[in-house]
Amino acid sequence: MILFEALYVAPPALTAQAPILVIAGPLIGACAAALSPGGRTAWMVSVLTAAFALWMAVAVAGEVAREGVIDYALGGFAPPMGIALRIDALGATMALLVASIGVMGALYSGHALESEVKAEKRTLFQSGYLLCLAGFLGLVFTGDAFNAFVFLEVSSIGTYALVAVGEARDRRALPAAFSYLIFGTVGATLYVLGVGFLYAATGTLNMVDMAMRLATLGDNSAVQAGLAFVVAGLGVKAAMFPLHGWLPGAYAGAPSLVSMFLAATATKAAIYLIIRFVFDVFPEGEFGEVFLSWILAPLAAAAVIICSVQAIFENEVRRILAFSSVAQVGFILLGVSLATPAGLSAGMFYLVAHALMKGALFMAVGAFAVSVRARTVEDFSGIAREAPWSAAAFGVGAASLAGVPLTMGFLAKWSLVSAALQAGEIWIVAVLAIGSLLTLIYVGRMLEVMFFRAPVRGAERAREAPVGVLAPLFVLAGLSLWFGVDATLPASMANASASALVGAAP
Amino acid sequence: MSEIALQVNFGLNIALLLMLVAIGLAIARTRSLLAAILLMGVYSLASAVWLIVMDAADVAFTEAVVGAGISTVVLLGAILLVRAGPVRHNWRMTIVPAVLVLGVGGLLVYAVTGLPEFGDPASPTNAHVGRRYLIQTPDEIGVPNVVTAVLASYRGFDTLGETVVVFAAGIGVALMLGFGPRSNLPPAPAATGDHHVVLRVTAKLLIPLIALFAFYVQFHGDLGAGGGFQAGVILAVAPILHALVFGLRGTIAALPVRAVRSIATMGVLLYSGVGVVCMINGGGFLDYDYLFPPSVEAMIPPGLMGDPDHAHHWGQHFGIFFIELGVLLTVAATMVTIFYGFAGRAAEEPGAST
Repeated sequence: MILFEALYVAPPALTAQAPILVIAGPLIGACAAALSPGGRTAWMVSVLTAAFALWMAVAVAGEVAREGVIDYALGGFAPPMGIALRIDALGATMALLVASIGVMGALYSGHALESEVKAEKRTLFQSGYLLCLAGFLGLVFTGDAFNAFVFLEVSSIGTYALVAVGEARDRRALPAAFSYLIFGTVGATLYVLGVGFLYAATGTLNMVDMAMRLATLGDNSAVQAGLAFVVAGLGVKAAMFPLHGWLPGAYAGAPSLVSMFLAATATKAAIYLIIRFVFDVFPEGEFGEVFLSWILAPLAAAAVIICSVQAIFENEVRRILAFSSVAQVGFILLGVSLATPAGLSAGMFYLVAHALMKGALFMAVGAFAVSVRARTVEDFSGIAREAPWSAAAFGVGAASLAGVPLTMGFLAKWSLVSAALQAGEIWIVAVLAIGSLLTLIYVGRMLEVMFFRAPVRGAERAREAPVGVLAPLFVLAGLSLWFGVDATLPASMANASASALVGAAP
Repeated sequence: MSEIALQVNFGLNIALLLMLVAIGLAIARTRSLLAAILLMGVYSLASAVWLIVMDAADVAFTEAVVGAGISTVVLLGAILLVRAGPVRHNWRMTIVPAVLVLGVGGLLVYAVTGLPEFGDPASPTNAHVGRRYLIQTPDEIGVPNVVTAVLASYRGFDTLGETVVVFAAGIGVALMLGFGPRSNLPPAPAATGDHHVVLRVTAKLLIPLIALFAFYVQFHGDLGAGGGFQAGVILAVAPILHALVFGLRGTIAALPVRAVRSIATMGVLLYSGVGVVCMINGGGFLDYDYLFPPSVEAMIPPGLMGDPDHAHHWGQHFGIFFIELGVLLTVAATMVTIFYGFAGRAAEEPGAST
């Protein structure tokens, strides 16, 4: 975060309001997009709004780097009477990530929607996209447990609809969106039940206040059940194994833009909230430790192994990437479960790395989809000869996913392994090694077909995607490479996030 | 409360809970979708009564209009669109949900043992923030209904979020069902000689009254149970009733699809606009004390509105007024949008309804 310290990107009056503008900007933009006369205008609104949110997020990151933690009392009521936004290094990092992906997605949607979303639906689609963006940004900034639920719902309701729009390309998007809706609603209900119990036990919804009161409360069955419900509900949203049943169908069926955006932000925002609860709200002591080492770590390990194997046996590219996402969530949570500064920092670094590479991969698949209807791995035979630039970006994302040196994925895996070694958890190192090998198998299979096979005779010929699609794709892929060589920026942000959670920096 | 009143209250609670259990079992047992939907309406109504017994009038009101009212209408619209057929059951479809339900149920029972006694004045919910709301509302907000003060002012940002959730739901339904040709909507029934004449006359009388009642609920929200959410749902019933009795074509001619969608958007814009105005005038987002610039606020004589003993609360009053108006617009228009989505589809695909 040190890099942000000298950053004054907005006038002071605007910077003071930046935390709320990050959220309110996309909300108002969503209204403007819905009122737009056509898809083109809505697209411009979308790009401008996302860029505004990113600008404000950078301003917030600067303030956080200087001040440590920023509080913003909404309605002028100090917490716990009113709702407050509370942003530390972790929240600022997440907001930067979400807003950057949001800008890339908005740029990309200019062309990508043309092949996947009907013209008359594009204004409302952009509106839904901005609502999701606002929801995720609100989720990472809020310091209030119930307000987090509201933003969880804003983003979820938007995503259900956006996934369903994928039916124009793939009819299976509809049942997938429905199952996502059912899973997501059950998850949200469990979360709000948990918050209800915590409120009954503490009389407050503000997270800081709640944590203070929980610390003095001692053993209480309502508190224990409340925390269990909160984590289970968020686990569904984060696609934590075995609550990930909704994810493969939803990612595979959704329009590419939506798969990209969800893979890079949705599960990440839920993971963020789990981290927030476990480290900031949970009372110190046995309960949190038991959860981390006896529930979170084994489930994350199971996700890494089982879902990587599922990805190997899957035959559709989008579904391979989706199962891989569940496995990668496992990697991130393994780092978190160590609960050491190094482990948390590695988890955060991995989270950013995964967002960038999975974003690039889904975006590249969307770039192919501009010209061909390829679905299975074999459909992509020799596509590198027909669309070399998109394929190159896909290759970079895949290399990062597999952990090839000089990519961000390599550094991410490296820091996870060293954090696990530091903590003395040899079994986690073993799981990481097996998981990486399995990843190499399915990534290698996709790359082999794309780069080294001849195109199938008589199949549709792919064309290179337009510049509007390639530009954001190259940014994401390029970042995976850049941060693989010089990781100062993401590493310092991850370290600052970890020390915001557990104190000392590694 | 006297001993007798307490016993009556206890008896009522037990009776209502038993009723809820019985209705829940009936919903789980029935094989008819129509019966299940109607029973769900009854369930909502019974829980609304139960909430009234617990003195939660605002929640009860919402439960009655949303749970028993509009969701029943929407669900009925939905079953018109789906083909119902027998579903093959296997053991996994019974065992897995049963284990989950028993697990969650067990955890709930376990949690309840740690909760403070219901109505205990020393319990955290009554002693901490809740108590401060009761004490400070007359001074800080100045509206008699504390629920409205919490909803619209103290936690106004949540309410903005919930309004956006409703808006998002409308966008979602419009994205899925709101497009396609509408030329084959059935024409309005013939004006004379049909046997629905009683229905039509009654509807004509009822529609303005429904709208009037909605506005009463809206503007009475400061003083008693009510507010934008409930009023919005009630207001939406007026065009829905019109469409059911006089045909969708006439309703859409009066309230075009795009116009309704724009109204929903305007509601969210109005709400967030209030927040932005407060910011421009030097306060925080949604800080209604800054709804008017401080120079204007200073010119208002104290005691012009409300209690002269307390500071004037013009900003709070008007802030709550405008944001509740925003909620009303978004909720009403979204409900109509959702209804249009379902009803328009039903007319489009006559073969789909069974």
